[in-house]
Formats: sequence, C-alpha cells, structure tokens
Amino acid sequence: MSDTQTVRPVEADQAVQLSYLEAPAARRARLSTGALLTILGVGFLILGVQVRGEARFALSTPFDPVQLPTIALPSTVTVLLCAVITLAVGVGYLTGRVPRGATSGLGALAAVAVFLGFVSWAAAGAAYPFPVGNQLAGTIALATPLVLGALGGVLCENSGVVNVAIEGQFLVAALTAATVGSVTGSITAALIGAAAAGVAMAALLALFSLRYLVDQVVLGVVLNLLATGVTGFLFDQLIQPNSGTLNNAPNMQSIRIPVLADIPLLGSVLFDQKILVYIAVASVIAVTFLLYRTRWGLRVRAVGEHPHAADTVGISVLAVRWQAVLLGGVFAGLGGAFFTIGSTGGFIKDITVGNGFIALAALIMGRWHPVRAALMAVFFGFITQLASQMQTLQTPMPSQFLLMLPYLATIIAVAGLIGRVRAPAADGVPYVK
Amino acid sequence: MTDRAAVPATGRGLRWRARGRTLAVTAASMLLALLVGALLMIVSDPEVADKFRYFFGRPGDALSASWAKVSTTYWALLVGAVGSPTALAGTAGQAAPLICAGLGVGLAFRAGLFNIGAQGQAIWGAIFAAWVGFALHLPPVVHVVVAVLAGLVGGGLWGWIVGFLKAKTGANEVIVTIMMNYIASQSLAWLLLTPAFLRPGRIDPIAPPIDATAMFASLYGQFHVGFLLAVAAAAGVWWLLDRSTVGFAIRAVGANPHAAATAGMSVGRTTMITMTVAGLLAGLAGVQYALGPGADGVPTPLSLGLVGTVGFDAITVALLGRSRPLGIVFAGLLFGGLHSGGLAMQTFAGTPLTLSQVLQALIVLFVAAPDLVRTVLPFLRAPKQAVVGGAA
Repeated sequence: MSDTQTVRPVEADQAVQLSYLEAPAARRARLSTGALLTILGVGFLILGVQVRGEARFALSTPFDPVQLPTIALPSTVTVLLCAVITLAVGVGYLTGRVPRGATSGLGALAAVAVFLGFVSWAAAGAAYPFPVGNQLAGTIALATPLVLGALGGVLCENSGVVNVAIEGQFLVAALTAATVGSVTGSITAALIGAAAAGVAMAALLALFSLRYLVDQVVLGVVLNLLATGVTGFLFDQLIQPNSGTLNNAPNMQSIRIPVLADIPLLGSVLFDQKILVYIAVASVIAVTFLLYRTRWGLRVRAVGEHPHAADTVGISVLAVRWQAVLLGGVFAGLGGAFFTIGSTGGFIKDITVGNGFIALAALIMGRWHPVRAALMAVFFGFITQLASQMQTLQTPMPSQFLLMLPYLATIIAVAGLIGRVRAPAADGVPYVK
Repeated sequence: MTDRAAVPATGRGLRWRARGRTLAVTAASMLLALLVGALLMIVSDPEVADKFRYFFGRPGDALSASWAKVSTTYWALLVGAVGSPTALAGTAGQAAPLICAGLGVGLAFRAGLFNIGAQGQAIWGAIFAAWVGFALHLPPVVHVVVAVLAGLVGGGLWGWIVGFLKAKTGANEVIVTIMMNYIASQSLAWLLLTPAFLRPGRIDPIAPPIDATAMFASLYGQFHVGFLLAVAAAAGVWWLLDRSTVGFAIRAVGANPHAAATAGMSVGRTTMITMTVAGLLAGLAGVQYALGPGADGVPTPLSLGLVGTVGFDAITVALLGRSRPLGIVFAGLLFGGLHSGGLAMQTFAGTPLTLSQVLQALIVLFVAAPDLVRTVLPFLRAPKQAVVGGAA
C-alpha cells in the first residue's frame, strides 16, 4: 500500500488536468478485480475454443399454458463473446482506463458475461436444454431461508451483537415448525411456533452475550452445538418414535396472485409462491424501513456503531440490543421454518446443512445492509441451484466447485480484494458502563 | 476466558485460591449441565412424562420413573467411559483427536485469534494422511511417519492461508475460517469422486482402506500410539508457549497487539506462525481419524463424515481447558469419555447418543458464563473478584 499514483510533471503548453488520487485500498480492490476478470476471460477464451455444439435454453416446460421457444445459442460464439467482454473489462480495470462513473456498470456487465459464458459452456452439447424456469424457481426456493436468516443477522449485528448462531436458530425453528405443524395441523401455528423458537434462541444469545458478557463468537459456536444436540436428541428420543403424530406437518401451499402469475416464465416463479416467499420479500422492505427510516432503527445503528455516544444521549444500549436481537430471532425463526414446512414437511437431523452459515456469508457480502444482504442471498441461492442443475446436466465442471463459490466469494470480500466490507464498529464488543 | 481472567498476581496463596475457584466453577458447570440434561431426558421421554400427569395423585410414580431413567442413563455413560479397560481405551481413542484439535484452537486463542477453522484443517490433515496411507506403499515405520507428516502439511497449509490473509489484508479470521471449513468439506466431497481417491469397484464416495503399515499401532484396543502423540503435542505446545521466544511473542500479541508491536514484535509474522501451528495441530487431529484404529481394530477409510465435528468440539475443549495444554488434555479426556460413554448409553440405557453433545455444549456454555454459575450457586462467589469479560 505504499505508492499512490505518481504525479507527472505538467508540460508548459499542456492544459492542467485535475488529477484524481486513488486511495490505496480502492486501488488494490481495482487491481485484484481486474486481475480476476482477466484470468476468467483468458479461461473462457480457452474454453470457447474447445467447446462444441449448441447451448440450448428451455424457457418453458411442456406443461406451461403459454409455450415459449427454446433458445439455441452457438456455444463457441457465445462463450468467446463473453470471454472478450470479460477480458476487456478486466484489462480496463487493470489499466485504470475505465471511466470513473462506469465502473460498477461495467463490472455488472462483466458479471453477466461470466455467468452467461459459464452456463453456455456447461449446457453446450448436453442431451437436454438448460431449464431456465427450473433454475429461477430453485433459486427462489433456496434463497428464501437465506434471505430471512440474513435479515435476522442484519438486525442483530447492526446493534453490535455478532450472530454466528443463525444455523442454530434455523435448526431449532425447523424442528418447532414441524412439530407444531403436526400437532395443530395449521401452517399459521407452525410459523408462529418457528418464530417463537427463533426468538428463544435469540434470547439465549442476548442473555449470555449482554448479561453475562460471554464472547459472542464463542457463544454462537456453542449455541450451534447446543441446537444440533438438542434437536438431535429430541428427534431421536421423542419425534422419530412418534413421527406419525409429531413429524407429519402439512406443507405450505402456493398462493397464486391472479393475473400476475399468468406472465410467462417469470409469473409462476414470482407470483405463484409459498407464503414465506412473500413474507421474505416484505421483510426485506420492512427491515430496511425500520433500520433507516425510524427512530428505533437509528438507535439500533447508533448502539452498533458507537454505544458510548448512544448511551450519552440517553439511549439504553442494552435494551436496544435486546430488542434488535430478539426481533432478529423472529426472522431467523421464519427462515428455519422453510426447511420443514416449506419443503417436505418432515424434520431430519441437521436438516439445515450449513445454510445458516451461507446466510452469514450473505450478510457479510451484503455489508450488513438488508437489501444488499438479501440480494447476496438470492445470488447464493442461484449458485446453489446452478450447482444442482450442473449435476443433472452432467457437465465436466464438478458441482462442488460451484457450491464452494459463496464461501470463496466471502473470503475474497473480507480480505478486501474486491470492494471493502466493514462491520458495524462495535460489532461483537460487549458494552460495559 | 484465557489466563487473563481473574488472576490477581499478588502472591502464591491468592493465585491458588483463584485457581481453586476456577476449578469449582468448572465442576459446578458440569453438575448444572448434568441437571439440565436430566430435565431434558425426563421431559422428552413420553413414558416418564406421562407419569407426571398424575403427579399430585401419586408423586412417587413420577419421581421414581424419572430417577430410574436418569440414573440408568448416567450410570451407563459412566461405565461406558471409564468402567473397564476397554472403555478406558475407547475414551483415550476418542480423546486423542479432540486434544490435538483443542490444542490448535487453544494456541490460537492465546494469540488472540479465533480458530473456528479446526474442522477444515482436520479435514485436510485426514485427506493428506489417508492418501499417503493407501496410495503409497512404504516400509512399516517409514509409512506411518510419512503419513503423519503429510497430514501435518495439509492442516498447516490450510491454517497458514488464514494467517496469511489475516496478516496481509486484515481479513477477520473468524469469517475466513468458517468459510474455509465449508470449502474444505466440499473439496473432500469432490476429491472422493476423483479416480485418485475412489475405491476401485465402488461409486459411492469412499476411499480405499489404508495399508496396515500406515496405521497407528494399537497398544490396547482403541488406545493407540496416536494418543501418545497427542500428549506429546500438548507438551510441545506447553514448551512453545511457556519456554520459547515465539511463544512469548504469541502471548504478547494475544495480550495486547499494539504493545507487542511497539516492543518490536511483528504482529503479522506472529499471526502467520500461530495459525500455521494451529493448523498443524488440527491437522494432527485429522491424522488421528485417518490412521487410528477404530472399534473394529482397523482405521476407518476416508469418507465425507470421517472427522465428524471435531473442529467444533475442539472449540469446546479449548474453552473448558482454558487454552492451557494440560487443561486441554483433561478437557479432551472428559469429552472423549462423553463420546465413547455415549455409545454405551445408547446401547444399554436406550438414551440417544446426541445427549453427549447436549451435555458438552451445556458444560461449555456454563463455563463461559461464570457469573451465571455464581448466580445460581452463590457460595462460589469470590470476595470482590474482578472478572474481565471474554477473550478478545
């Protein structure tokens, strides 16, 4: 981080230009993004030369009322085109020739090119066309719990309490939703139960971190273990022997929004969904409003950034943190419910398989902001669904590499290689008067 | 949580008294955990819970049923952990990887680093060791030595990446290690399907069994050379921390990185060394799983769940052992006993093995919150004790 841009001597007859001095961190981010894109572009060039056949994308299934055509792209041309775009943007970043206003736009273009190129390469010459609708529907299904879990984390961490226990909240809520749903036969009761379970876990988190000042990362890890243990124990001891009465919850039915759901391709994906999907979308809006447009939200952010200052103006730091953590528990609990009553209905041990940590990754990649975190959650859902599609298409790319992507992206982000992520200043710091 | 907690350095007597109180809190935590575990058992057993419906009519029924349930379970747990030479050997076998990984987490704690990544480091240790075990065919002693070294390299490399990122870019090691755990397990899932690892004639993800020459020699049942290696590692970590210059730097950086930097120590270098050594130790835990004989006398072949949740258990071991080598050995033995006794408990008392995990989490939760324990049991309260909350 030593050298900033060298200042060139100004020639006498040259017009003096205002120079833009780049911060070292921004420069490092620009260079590493450029390097990454360049490498990807070169990789695509090689793939593009090798790839054969057509990449076909099916826009509708045979059962759809409106049939959209199946798009066939010549894979060589498509992959090469994407390679050139990626490479051009990468080199632009590296040399610093990208106009300052266009960096994010071109970055997004490169990202689209990377994905289109990748999918075209993967789908080329496959026996079946790539099912676009399937991909989108799977993305929504996978992203819903991630969005809700990330929102829970957003509330918690903006108030200054680190939450690595999202996984534990998911697990306990998933079990509760399954049992409450089975006993009552009602989805609403199951959702309320799941939210309550999320709040109960959040209360443990708040109690031990705020009252007993246990280190929050340690606490999160231990709470996850406790949640795995308790749900596993209850499942073995009580639920599995009585699965007919305790693990037989009804599934959420799709709610169809008239007219909008009839739009081809996107309609059924977006407007013919389970109630939790709509709740997730509404929650993103609600949490954003709450955090950035209300007095309470300002207080939450204040105690997360500078608790001493907040205390000085009369805000009760501990009370606000308690409220934020408990409210976060509601969202994490609803997210957990999706694993049982949102999909197959039954609970099995470790049903959440690390999704709580992907939600955490989305939260960090979204830089602790509800909308960005939700978008990241959708992105991670997209990748996970793409990985399972790859398995069915039998592409040369191992699906495990795609499944690593969320975690890898998070590491790259926290290492400050692409953009900078900064946590709330007092995140994880206990407040003692 | 580390040694900074509540030890006023004013004379030997006071220090011993503080140590006694720490031990008392630990013991009380275990007692509380057993109590909560018992409650959980009673509530979740339909037969016992049914008897509570007519509790006020015939309280004897409910109480005796509860007592029977709880006492058989804990008795089976105890017998399964320490009741016979075979049980003791099983406990030692379970404890060996927990001690190694616990040392990895504890060492990082002492440098003020959270190594949540022992899981990933252990996975890479197991991958490297198992590969040497089944792919290379070397003479007896050489084979096991090469396999152990390979495992250490695997774990150490995975740890070094974290230290490197932390030192060079300031990336938060908690987040990096959590993410790297998942990358490691996905890598294992991928490797197991490649020709290099796939057992000939099988399509499910399982590696070939390792050669007998690469196995840790059994001394008695599951009590094998690996346990001695774990104890030696603990002694090594003690020497490193308390007797070496590097260890002094590690503790100094852990206590106050700014002061350490001012005193001329390189915080970045210390971070990298610490995470590499922590990775080596956690890698050794993976080696234990790959090369140590299981209950059937042969090592379990490399598969997806080979290392279990050792990385997360290691955090509890390090916390209970208060990040000190000797403490970690005892904590590892205790949780090893919980694991191996849990199997007996499942077989003889019909109580699910998962209860061990609940007890483990509860013990550590209480140990981490000494104030809570003192609130519940007021006689443990020390006169005017200043407790500095949390390791940083």
